Amino acid sequence: MPESLSSIFIGTLLANNFVLAMFLGLCPFLGVSARLNTALPMGAATTFVMLVASLCAYGLNWLVTALDLQFLRLIAYIVIIASAVQLVEMFLKKNSPVLFRALGIYLPLITTNCAVLGVALFQTAREYSFLQALTFAAAGGAGFTLALTLMAGLRERLNLANVPNVVQGTALSLMLAGLLSLAFMGFAGLGAGE
Amino acid sequence: MNVPLHPPRSSLEELLEGIWKQNPVFVMVLGMCPTLAVSVSAMNAFSMGIATTFVLVASCLLVSLMRHLVPKEVRIATYIVIIATFVTVVDYLIQAISLAVYEALGAFIQLIVVNCIILGRAEAHASKNPPLPAVLNALGMGAGFTLGLFALGAVREVLGAGKLFGFALFGADFQPWVVMVLPPGGFIVLGSWLLLFNWLEAHRHTGNEGTRHA
Repeated sequence: MPESLSSIFIGTLLANNFVLAMFLGLCPFLGVSARLNTALPMGAATTFVMLVASLCAYGLNWLVTALDLQFLRLIAYIVIIASAVQLVEMFLKKNSPVLFRALGIYLPLITTNCAVLGVALFQTAREYSFLQALTFAAAGGAGFTLALTLMAGLRERLNLANVPNVVQGTALSLMLAGLLSLAFMGFAGLGAGE
Repeated sequence: MNVPLHPPRSSLEELLEGIWKQNPVFVMVLGMCPTLAVSVSAMNAFSMGIATTFVLVASCLLVSLMRHLVPKEVRIATYIVIIATFVTVVDYLIQAISLAVYEALGAFIQLIVVNCIILGRAEAHASKNPPLPAVLNALGMGAGFTLGLFALGAVREVLGAGKLFGFALFGADFQPWVVMVLPPGGFIVLGSWLLLFNWLEAHRHTGNEGTRHA
């Protein structure tokens, strides 16, 4: 049964949010979400790479299936993502040095963001069509950006609060993420289920 | 990643580092994605831990053997391809051994590729050490990861479903704490474990130091 594009978008953005419901891309989520002004560029860059990765993965999956080489799929995906990140980096450096400098170290790190590989793997597993796959990638990226931004806002506020020493750091971030995730579960009725 | 070069250590130290002092889940807080996603039940957590340990040990062995052959510029790409190869092996192995486990873990088996623990170990340890210490260290890290996953999965299964390894623990009156097996439970249980460790640490050096995770 083909899922409609809008239900994929809403479902992936809110109900099955990549970070808060599917636990993808947690490393940057916990690492980069300390301040609002780094959260947004990071989210944008990741979304862009996800779109490129989704596009490439769609083509690759077709090729690998046509040649009956499914066991090479994973290796092909990871290599294509790494090269896509490299390409994006080179392109930005040449055409938009300002943006390149703003993103800095986050760009190469996107290679090991499991949300990117997750997009490629899930779209393959769910046998999405070309348009569905692109929508899925866009929604995944938007959801990642949303979670990152919300978290950064909360953590900026927390800096002003007086917290006991033992709770500070990762423990507190995780608790906060738990509460956010709980809030996002309220969206479960909105999109299509699993 | 930020492990400094140590003087030669005994095999036991090498093995124990990952299990306790540098536990990847509780101390370094690495590899969070599979940790939280898969730790719904003790069985899932255990299988994931074993799969990751296998990939970790095999990749570290190969990286260590090839450490003089790989040019510095392409080392990360080489490591990623090595890791991806072993993950593919594990993926097919699990599919052959138990289809139920394979379906429960889903895409997260293939996502072992981007688990930062493995790339981190390959880069920080295996690429600078001979095969034996590299394998021992990887084995320790894998065991530590499995232990961490298990600690998380067991708590979530007991609280969320009232079971452990699928066996009911409590009577029929037990009201399962469903939120624990849902995504928020993962965050909250891991947060609580870290809290406990922080608290223990703070009590050990009373007054000196309360925050470890800067």
